[in-house]
This record gives sequence, structure tokens and C-alpha cells, in this order.
Amino acid sequence: MAETLVKLEDVSKSYWRDSIEIPVLHHINLEILTGEFVALMGPSGSGKTTLLNLIAGIDRPSQGRVIFEHEDLSTLSEGDLARWRSRHIGFVFQFYNLMPVLTAFENVELPLLLTKLSRAERHKQVETALAIVGLADRMKHYPNQLSGGQEQRVAIARAIVTDPDLILADEPTGDLDKQSAEEIMDLLAQLNKDFGKTITMVTHDPRAAEHARVIHRLDKGELETA
Amino acid sequence: MKLLKLIFRNTGRHKLRSSLTILGLAIAVMAFSVIRYSIDAWYSGVAASSPNRLITRNAISIIFTLPLSYRDKIARIDGVTGVSWAQWFGGIYVDAKNFFPQIAVDKDTFFDMYPEYIVPTDEMKAFLSERNAALVGRKLADRFGWSVGDPIRLTGTIYPGEWDFVIRGIYTGAKETTDETQWFFRYDYLDERMRKETPVRAGQVGWFIIWINDPSQAAIISEKIDRLFDNSMAETKTETEEAFNLSFVSMASSIIIGLRIISILVIGIILLVLANTMAMTARERVPEYAVMKTLGFRPVHIVGLIFGESLFIAILGGLLGIVITLFPVMPLVRTALGHFFPTFPLSVVTLILGMSSAIVVGFLAAVFPTFKAVKTPIVDGLRVID
Ligand SMILES: Nc1ncnc2c1ncn2[C@@H]1O[C@H](COP(=O)(O)OP(=O)(O)OP(=O)(O)O)[C@@H](O)[C@H]1O
Ligand SMILES: [Mg+2]
Repeated sequence: MAETLVKLEDVSKSYWRDSIEIPVLHHINLEILTGEFVALMGPSGSGKTTLLNLIAGIDRPSQGRVIFEHEDLSTLSEGDLARWRSRHIGFVFQFYNLMPVLTAFENVELPLLLTKLSRAERHKQVETALAIVGLADRMKHYPNQLSGGQEQRVAIARAIVTDPDLILADEPTGDLDKQSAEEIMDLLAQLNKDFGKTITMVTHDPRAAEHARVIHRLDKGELETA
Repeated sequence: MKLLKLIFRNTGRHKLRSSLTILGLAIAVMAFSVIRYSIDAWYSGVAASSPNRLITRNAISIIFTLPLSYRDKIARIDGVTGVSWAQWFGGIYVDAKNFFPQIAVDKDTFFDMYPEYIVPTDEMKAFLSERNAALVGRKLADRFGWSVGDPIRLTGTIYPGEWDFVIRGIYTGAKETTDETQWFFRYDYLDERMRKETPVRAGQVGWFIIWINDPSQAAIISEKIDRLFDNSMAETKTETEEAFNLSFVSMASSIIIGLRIISILVIGIILLVLANTMAMTARERVPEYAVMKTLGFRPVHIVGLIFGESLFIAILGGLLGIVITLFPVMPLVRTALGHFFPTFPLSVVTLILGMSSAIVVGFLAAVFPTFKAVKTPIVDGLRVID
């Protein structure tokens, strides 16, 4: 029986705009086990990104608790939460979000600048990460010299380079053509299978969701597990 | 700091915008330095004054004279080791715009009081032996292309008529602050003609120069001199040469205040320019900062990135400003101002002030954008792209 990596206990989330409450998530209970590949599906506006952000510790629930390996994230200060993210979370965005002024290599190296690793150690890790995503020959390229699929692979390399416990991906194939999307999904599936990475991914695409072993559906902020 | 590379690359991202901002800063630092230099020029006389010299003038105003007969009374006061005198001439050389100071001085004592005016021995001998001889400063001679032996005619204003002189010597300054723009001639030449033409104006001097060996006694000696002439026809006011020169500067105080205000405005304007650049930059990078925060970068890193970029631009601008000030600009300004003021090198203090202003501007310009970038929640920063 696999261990629980993340546990959401009765999590609700509302946003406040001009003193109007916008309820987004309602009493969510969710467990993500170590080694799982979870897909989070649901219509637009159902709160998928919001949920992912709560798990990533870049946003805080209005109510309820997010527990990561027995640690309640709400007890961490902003600074500690930032340090926690750099150690435990790898995040992949829909629009890649690479630094345009940094090369593929430097983008992947960026999260390692927060570690105590030496230059040589960092370089070795970056090269490994880029080799895993199949871009060892594109290290010196800038983002605008890469295709969308390649950019997303660099972003995945950036997410795995610190060897995080949990990879979170928000519609990682949402902006890609079918072929590239398929390659990215294969890559994520491989990270899960061969490297044992726990992955939680938001997607609209039912074919993409097929790679996942668990599928959760969100609808109007309510969770149902398929 | 490992993020230095990111700072440099970010600065180079909008080349035109960064270059224009740097150029703006450079021009501001240059303008600031030139204005400060001009202010310093007004004070050059003060800077060149000696603590060993006191100046005694008419208590009412410098435009009123004192009887030459005061000399002996002043000389008898304890602590006074030398007395000389001088009078402002105010003549015109060819055209009024060719202004330069012309001062009638006692041929025997004046140059002992001013050892910083260096006159070659044979030229001094010639000056002493010819009544209408003149000794002129190096810069003044250069300005009009004069050399020793040239006959020069000045038209009097305070002392009407045509006055003929022969340049018998050219003095140079011992220090860089020494004024080399003056025209000295013999008081006895002036006085003799007054005796003939307007006897009431004979035997009158503009001011006395008093040498004291102990500058700490300046106040007491000044007091004693002025006490001597209390209740006389011409009461005196004695002060250190520095205070005397400062009183001339204060006559121009509104100009100087204006210049100081402009120098601050220049810095204020460039602060707005850089602040605008940094605000634009930081706004464009909101999603990037959000991504960096997601990766685990903390406010201190964002602060470093924005301040780093702002200070980098400011320092480049400041350095460029110093370079353009020193090379193309300063030589032109020195030549232009040199006709009216003893010129002197641009002070290091001015350059340091210019550079520090640029750095302060770089610092201030980063405050608001940094505050915003740090305060923006990650989720809001990320949503900007969607
Ligand atoms: N930072 C925010 N401030 C205010 N409202 C927000 C914020 N983030 C999300 N919302 C609102 O919360 C609701 C859910 O948003 P969320 O982005 O989680 O949906 P989603 O399921 O990811 O949608 P999509 O598939 O379009 O990405 C939406 O109505 C959205 O407008
Ligand atoms: Mg979303």
C-alpha cells in the first residue's frame, strides 16, 4: 500500500474581488499517493487551477488543510513555504513560462540556484534533466529558438531538475499540437513509470487523461473521483 | 550573487529603452556636474583666500573709498605686519563685453601680500621702474593674445578718460585656484592723474590689505582697526579676506540659489525617467516574477533583481555622464567660464556627488516597482498571461 503524499482535508477556497466573495472550491477531500499519476479534469472555471495551486503551496485555502507528508502547509510562513516549494514541488505551466533571456540550460539551472550545490554539481544535474527530456542538443538555445513542444520539455526539465517529490502540471499540453502533446504525455508517463515520480496534472484532453492511473473530476468546485 | 547574469540580460532586453534611459541619466549627471562647477566658480575667490589677509573697506559700502592716510594708523596696530592698498578701476578694453578686473595696487607692497602671484624678477623690475606699467594674469594675456611690451589703452568709467598702459609682466598663479584673469597697474599712476584732474579723488583707496602672522588673532585685530576709525568721516569694516570675498558671492546669491535649484531639478527629472522605465519593466515581468516565486525564489531575490537592474542602469548612466563631462564638455565649459572666473579643475567632490545622485536615483526608482512585485500574489501574477 503506497503512502499518502498529499492530503486535502475539507478544503474550500473563495476569492474576494471588491468585497464580493467568489466561491471556487467547496469542501474538497482528496488524497494523492506517492507514485500516483493523477489527472484532474473538469470544465473551464471549475477550479482545477485553483486546486493545483493550493497543492503547490502558491495559494492558501480559505478553509481546511493541505497536508504534505504530515506537514500542515498552513503552519508555514511565506518564506518557509517558498523554501518548501523549491524542495518538494516541480511545476509545469500551460504556457511553459521560461525566462526568455536565459538559455534552455540556464532555465533548467534556475531552481538549482536556490540550492547549495556547486557549479559542477548543478551542471551535471541540468545535463541529466535535459537528457531525460531529450534536449541534450538544445542546451544553448533560447526559448524563442525552440518549438512549443521543446519549450515545454525544457519546462519539464526545470520541474524535475531538483528531484521534487511531486510534479504538478497545469494543462501541460493545452497549447501544443497533437503530435507534441502526445510526446509530452509520453514523457510524463515515463517520468511516472521509470522514475517513480508522483504527478498531478490538470487536463481537458480525455486522451491525455488516459495516461493517468487516477482521474478526478471537478465540477463547479465539487470533486468526484472516477 | 548567482542572479547577476539574469540582471545583466534583463537590462539588455529592451536595448532602445535601456540605452535612452542610460543616456538620459548621463546627460543629467553631466548637467549636474557643470552646474555644480559653475557654482564652485563663484566661490573660487573664497577658495583662493588666505587666512593671513584681512581686508579693510569703507563701512558703508565697497563703492565708497577710504583715505590713504589710514595706512600708517593701521600699520601701528599690534599683530599687523604689513599694509597694502588697492583700488578698483573698472575700465573698458575696446568693448564693454571684454570685461576683466583691473585693479590699481601699491607697487611696493601689494605683491608681498600675494605671494601666489608669481612674477619673473626682471618683469617685476620693469613694472617698478615705469609708471604706466601693467602686470596681467596668464589667462588674461592668452585671452587677448597679449605679450610683454604691448601698449594697451583702457577707457575709464569710474576714472574718466583714456588711460595708456604698457604690459610689463605676466604673472602666473602658484596654485590652481589662483586667479590669472586680473590686470594690475600702479596706484601712483592713477593717483597722480587724479591729483591733477580731480584733486578731491586723490589720496583715496578702495580697500586696504593687511597681513597678519597669526590668523587666530584675525577677529581681535579687525576689531581694533575698526575701533580706530569709529566716528570718523569714513568708518571702516575689517574682515578676513575669505569673508570679504564671500560678500561678493552673496551679491550673486539669487543666481546661485537658482543654479542649485536647477541642479536638484535635473536629478528629480531623471528620477522620474528611471522610475518610469523601472515601473514599465517590472510590470512586464509580473508573470516572470510569479514563476520565479513558484520555483521557490523569495522576496529578497525579487528585490535583488529589480534593485540590481535599476542600480546597474543608474551606474552605467552615471559613469557615462562622468565620461562625457570630463572629455567633450568640461574643456568647453572651462574655456567659456575662464573669461570671468579663475578656472580650476572640476572637483572630485562634484563627480562623486553626480555619481551618488545617480545611485540614489537608481535606488529610489526601484522602490515602488519592487514593492508591487513583491506584494503581487503568485496566483495573480500567473493569471496575467492567461
Ligand atoms: N486569483 C483569482 N482571483 C479571482 N478569481 C479567481 C482567481 N483565480 C481564479 N478565479 C476564479 O475562480 C474560478 C476558477 O478558476 P480556475 O482558474 O481555478 O478554473 P479552471 O478550472 O482552471 O479553468 P480553466 O480550465 O479555464 O483553466 C473562476 O471563476 C475564476 O474566475
Ligand atoms: Mg486552469
